[in-house]
Amino acid sequence: MIMKIIVPIKRVVDYNVKVRVKSDKSGVETANVKMSMNPFDEIAVEEAIRLREAGKAQEILVITIGTSAAQETLRTGLALGADRAIHVETASALEPINVAKILKKVVDQEKAGLIIMGKQAIDDDSNQTGQMLAALLDWPQATFASKVELSGDQANVTREIDGGLETVTLTMPAVITTDLRLNEPRYVTLPNIMKAKKKPLDTIPADSFNLDFDPRHQILEVSEPPERGSGIVVESVEQLVDKLKNEAKVIQ
Amino acid sequence: MTVLVIAENDNQLIKPAVLNTLGAASQLSGDTHLLVAGSNAGSVLEQARKLAGVTKILYADAGHFENPVAEDLSRLILSLASEYEHILAPATSFGKNLLPRVAALIDVAQISDIVKIEADDTFVRPIYAGNAMAKIKSRDKTKVITVRATAFESIMDGNGAAPVVENLEAVSPSEKAVVSAQELTKTERPELTSASVVVSGGRGMGSGENFDILEKLADKLGAAVGASRAAVDSGYVPNDYQVGQTGKVVAPELYIAVGISGAIQHLAGMKDSKVIVAINKDPDAPIFSVADYGLVADLFEAIPEITESL
Ligand SMILES: Cc1cc2nc3c(=O)[nH]c(=O)nc-3n(C[C@H](O)[C@H](O)[C@H](O)COP(=O)(O)OP(=O)(O)OC[C@H]3O[C@@H](n4cnc5c(N)ncnc54)[C@H](O)[C@@H]3O)c2cc1C
Ligand SMILES: Nc1ncnc2c1ncn2[C@@H]1O[C@H](COP(=O)(O)O)[C@@H](O)[C@H]1O
Repeated sequence: MIMKIIVPIKRVVDYNVKVRVKSDKSGVETANVKMSMNPFDEIAVEEAIRLREAGKAQEILVITIGTSAAQETLRTGLALGADRAIHVETASALEPINVAKILKKVVDQEKAGLIIMGKQAIDDDSNQTGQMLAALLDWPQATFASKVELSGDQANVTREIDGGLETVTLTMPAVITTDLRLNEPRYVTLPNIMKAKKKPLDTIPADSFNLDFDPRHQILEVSEPPERGSGIVVESVEQLVDKLKNEAKVIQ
Repeated sequence: MTVLVIAENDNQLIKPAVLNTLGAASQLSGDTHLLVAGSNAGSVLEQARKLAGVTKILYADAGHFENPVAEDLSRLILSLASEYEHILAPATSFGKNLLPRVAALIDVAQISDIVKIEADDTFVRPIYAGNAMAKIKSRDKTKVITVRATAFESIMDGNGAAPVVENLEAVSPSEKAVVSAQELTKTERPELTSASVVVSGGRGMGSGENFDILEKLADKLGAAVGASRAAVDSGYVPNDYQVGQTGKVVAPELYIAVGISGAIQHLAGMKDSKVIVAINKDPDAPIFSVADYGLVADLFEAIPEITESL
């Protein structure tokens, strides 16, 4: 069996940037801000590459849905080691349900055995798309993965849950979403960036899928979070304990 | 108009975050129904019967619901969905895993991690690690929502009329997804997300063994122990200790951050705490910008001294 792994990746504001809310409250400032591949998606790409290196997969396809700027993120995915890329071009960002619908159409065409994606995009912090895609495909899912083992048509995935760890056994094809401890992604090297320029990258207009992308949500306003009042620096443990007991009254 | 709340439980007890989710549900128009799915979960049902504001309990008891997978629960909820205007679950790993699957099956968008309800269709949620708050109006007929527990009061036991209980036929088990093992962290401490005091350690702790000194402090304070991502990644403590944007969100009365620099991803998970204490040897550490009380000190001296003085 020739197994293809699809890795959906998203271009987001880099995790080191402290975003600012626009003064008209329509959103956050993204002009002239450093953009990167969503960190969880880097982990997803890395996992796919390791599975291919281990002989468990033959082809890795990275997909992004977004404006033309998102092609840069696909090139990064190719430089990391993906074989092929698809850019589904949209005029603006779509909600997870619509992203999942497009991904389903692409997956139907491509016949993948496994989809590995991030658990959460660190811009909108939705944590939805993987689960939605799995539902639309009627595939099993393993979210928040910290370990993936494939054998035959089964995937044993260890998941990070609130109480500790859980292992689920999935019959593939399946959707896996990554958590931080799954692996440590490699760095892009210059020779690989050069090689990536020659790898195939296809662009498909989102309109060609005949889906309805009307937003389900209307963003009424984006505002600053409430500020915390400024605190004090105490001089000693003694003073700290005194303040906690007698001023804040949070300990006895 | 009716609200359906999914009662995450361990077949013994309802998870505390569900009580906060019911608190959120009480701010919406209409009756609240509670879905209890479990295996031999009679004690959960008994607990549910006493909760204020729940008018009906939908009870599904089946062997494969001992550890229900989202593949099964989402189909069960789909069969009920047409009756409801709102479907709510806590934004725990359980709720995050389950609800988007439900939303996709009924073809609606989900609203994740709400912290405020402005109207039946309008909600506030943090984005960009809590650096911005988005006010969102949903156009969907059914609103599928995960609730940030720390942002809502939990519902108490009521003394009103006992709710009606309706037994549900469990959906047949999916064979494509099975929980094959669990390794739960054992602790005598209060649960991290509902504890009133949390003591968290970061990379500055230096090792897992060194967490002992935090445990001793936590013992004195009846606190839960948390950690930064760096402490978890370094293997000092298990993954379920992680507080932050992509870990757990806590908002205790008192949060003590020890040897944690205060990256935005960490702040996202604790900056709504009532009182924040930061102990760090670097006076320029960003954690001090959110701290009510900052102590610039070596934690290996300061922590035992605090424990001693309590
Ligand atoms: C996608 C993504 C998601 C993330 N999610 C999270 C998350 O959910 N939660 C989270 O916490 N992080 C998260 N992070 C990581 C985050 O960016 C920081 O790297 C992390 O929080 C740093 O942890 P730390 O403060 O323990 O370590 P460091 O930044 O290394 O800070 C250690 C601190 O300890 C102090 N120190 C050292 N020795 C002592 C001593 N003896 N006494 C006193 N102080 C001492 C130092 O001065 C320093 O300030 C995420 C990152 C990414 C990219
Ligand atoms: N526009 C997009 N294009 C490709 N993949 C996406 C897109 N949006 C989300 N994803 C994938 O879905 C994951 C979860 O995103 P979210 O549900 O938005 O938090 C991300 O980590 C990506 O793997």
